[in-house]
Amino acid sequence: MKLQVNANDQIVTESAFVKIFNRIKGFREATILLTIIVFSAIISFLAPNFLTINNLRTTAIGMSGDGIIAIGMTVAIVLGGFDLSVGSILGASSVIAGGLYLSGINIWLGCLISITICVLLGLFDGLLIGKVGINPFIITLGMMQMARGIAYVVTTGSPQSLSSVPIAFAFLGKGFILGIPFIVLVFILLAVAGDLLMRKSAPFRKVFYIGSNEKAAALSGVNVSKTKIGVFMLTALLSSIAGILTLSRFSVATPTAGQGTEMRVISAAVIGGASLSGGQGTIFGAVLGTILLNVINNALVLLKVSVYWQNLISGLILILAVTIDYLSQRKKKVAISK
Amino acid sequence: MQCEDVLIVEGISKSFPGTQALTKVKMEVKAGEIHALVGENGAGKSTLMNIISGVFPPDEGRIVFLGKQVRFSNPNEAQMAGIGFVHQELSLCPHISVAENIYMGRYEKGFLGIIKRKKLYSDTTELLKVFNNNIRPEILAGELNLADQQIVEIAKSLSLKCKLLILDEPTSSLSDSETEILFNIIRKLKEDGIGILYISHRMAEIFELCDKVTIFRDGYYINTFNVKDTTPQQVVESMVGRELHNLYPPKSETPQETIMSVNALTKHGSFRDISFSLKRGEILGFSGLIGSGRTELARAICGIDRYDSGEIFFNHNKIAFKDYPDAIRHGVCYLTEDRKQQGLFLNLSISNNINASIIDRISRYLMLSPKKESENANEYVRKLNIKIADIAQHVNSLSGGNQQKVMIAKWLSINPNVIFMDEPTRGIDVGAKSEIHAMLREMSNAGIGVVIISSELPEIIGMCDRVIVMHEGSIKGEVTGEEITEKSIILLASGQ
Repeated sequence: MKLQVNANDQIVTESAFVKIFNRIKGFREATILLTIIVFSAIISFLAPNFLTINNLRTTAIGMSGDGIIAIGMTVAIVLGGFDLSVGSILGASSVIAGGLYLSGINIWLGCLISITICVLLGLFDGLLIGKVGINPFIITLGMMQMARGIAYVVTTGSPQSLSSVPIAFAFLGKGFILGIPFIVLVFILLAVAGDLLMRKSAPFRKVFYIGSNEKAAALSGVNVSKTKIGVFMLTALLSSIAGILTLSRFSVATPTAGQGTEMRVISAAVIGGASLSGGQGTIFGAVLGTILLNVINNALVLLKVSVYWQNLISGLILILAVTIDYLSQRKKKVAISK
Repeated sequence: MQCEDVLIVEGISKSFPGTQALTKVKMEVKAGEIHALVGENGAGKSTLMNIISGVFPPDEGRIVFLGKQVRFSNPNEAQMAGIGFVHQELSLCPHISVAENIYMGRYEKGFLGIIKRKKLYSDTTELLKVFNNNIRPEILAGELNLADQQIVEIAKSLSLKCKLLILDEPTSSLSDSETEILFNIIRKLKEDGIGILYISHRMAEIFELCDKVTIFRDGYYINTFNVKDTTPQQVVESMVGRELHNLYPPKSETPQETIMSVNALTKHGSFRDISFSLKRGEILGFSGLIGSGRTELARAICGIDRYDSGEIFFNHNKIAFKDYPDAIRHGVCYLTEDRKQQGLFLNLSISNNINASIIDRISRYLMLSPKKESENANEYVRKLNIKIADIAQHVNSLSGGNQQKVMIAKWLSINPNVIFMDEPTRGIDVGAKSEIHAMLREMSNAGIGVVIISSELPEIIGMCDRVIVMHEGSIKGEVTGEEITEKSIILLASGQ
């Protein structure tokens, strides 16, 4: 069998190729799914009310907000960046819509205006990142502060209660269709659409190219700045949708809503297989990552473990997932370093 | 000239899961001898070098260095024993100084472990004297140009008092004058009795510099010749295992109509007053030293970079591309010389790489057609004879030659009218090179305007029907047919 030397002068065997990429393709997602199943099985013995409809429903509702945002974050990570402002945008969209309603504007119009404003904030980020070329970390970090500031200014710091919202609006966050919470349905719909578009649509394929090698993408004719602007508008859109749903669910416009979301969501996406260096990642993986983290949190609650342990544990899972992935990638190549 | 053996390699074999990289190979390098090692990608050169320099042990066989049998368990041992290795991909740390790079791990320290910097710099200056270069020891290694970085790497090996110096494709990023300087340094090292193992694909260099040449093929030792007793033809035939009649495909007889012409194109600081025309059916070459402005010119014509004045005509219509995607829509494209950093998506599949520029063309209502994706990719894998297991494979698992073919496939997919190829066969072995050359001639015969920018004179002379020579941003001359010779091009390229 002919030995093949790749351009990094690593000797890789031909028969190994097929095995390698077949394994990588579904490897991460299959592993997480398996982990979720095994973990759930174990917990259902230790905490008998884990597998009850009520508990599962509550957990599903609880993770939907993060899940919707994780869709956008995955795209941003595949692009080679990320968006730290998602939690703040969630809060801002929530209070802007709430604030507009409380000053007499129709709730639906208020939501539309709020989402538009947030998408414009995303456009602002996108222009600075895509056209001017500033690092997304800094820009979205700044936006994280700005959007949170907007939330505080609009609510003057204290939560605003929406006491008499139209039932149709309350349905968004609290209603059920065929026993499934509406908010979960929205999440599932967006996740399925997102996964499909990521795998099969032209504009999202360009995100992969840019994430893999931005210079090569530009030199292959991809409009890099346009794509980048689009990605940050998308993350803002999804975050603002999550904000509206949160507003509906709690009927309170809280300026602190969404704090800490960005870290949880980045963890979920990376656990799900998205690579921070860009060019790699799936929505399905991010969804599984979100489910895993939430199931573990739920287990801790049911087992009456102190809430303070949750951060420690999800951080540990993230580190473990990334380390295992890194080590298993290294073994797969028969590498000869020069 | 001393005759003792610095290095004897006997009966070395090495296998990896599924493949036999080396089978009982042998090699001898004497003190004061410049010994070339040649072979196609996959011949086993890298593997043997890694064994000699201690990266991993052989399965069987022995290595005798300076008269003693040795077995190194890591590269550090090999280095300490006196084997120096200058890699093709330079391995200096760009953010620390030249002196610190050279003496890394061996700094002389004083009180509290503080490095004796003065001594470090004076030792370095002393060491660099032999190179007749004014590289200052305190500047950061990353600020040096490639040629100087290479000198620093060689100096590092010398500082370790190496008796065997292995150089892996040392001239692939050097200009002709820098190569000459390197050769002088190597000749001086030869006089000092150091044995030099020179790995290269370039016959011209081997025949200019080396005393002996050893050929490997498919992991086997084939032969060793005295350079003065053999010919490039014989060496190449041993490398590929078959007779090669013509290294280059036959040139075209009659050029046809003009497909593109440029008039007084100028970009301040890069090129000025460039005028030429490109005809269908001919391969136009651009020759010149590094820095003559050829790459900048090609990029400006293709709309990647802006230019300041002048006109471009495409099929007799004046045209000004808004941006690169606009040029691609017109079928004008540029193949970059830097395939790894700017041409390929290394962690994406072959299919993704080949389809990268036609994403919008093969999608309907913004959704890609997987059928068209795989059809297009498979078509070019077949046409260009790209050796792969599956189009879903990642491109970084391919050899240099196959990667280059993938890049070419990407541009052929757009059905180009004009293609500017910058260093189309850089870093590629002989077999793949001639396949790509045949491909270029086919493209040209099919009516695509092919422009080759190359610093390899044999390639320019062998492939092009017409050659434009540039020097420091302007066209110095144009040669056609019989006038295309090394002498005429070099004269023009150096400003005469």
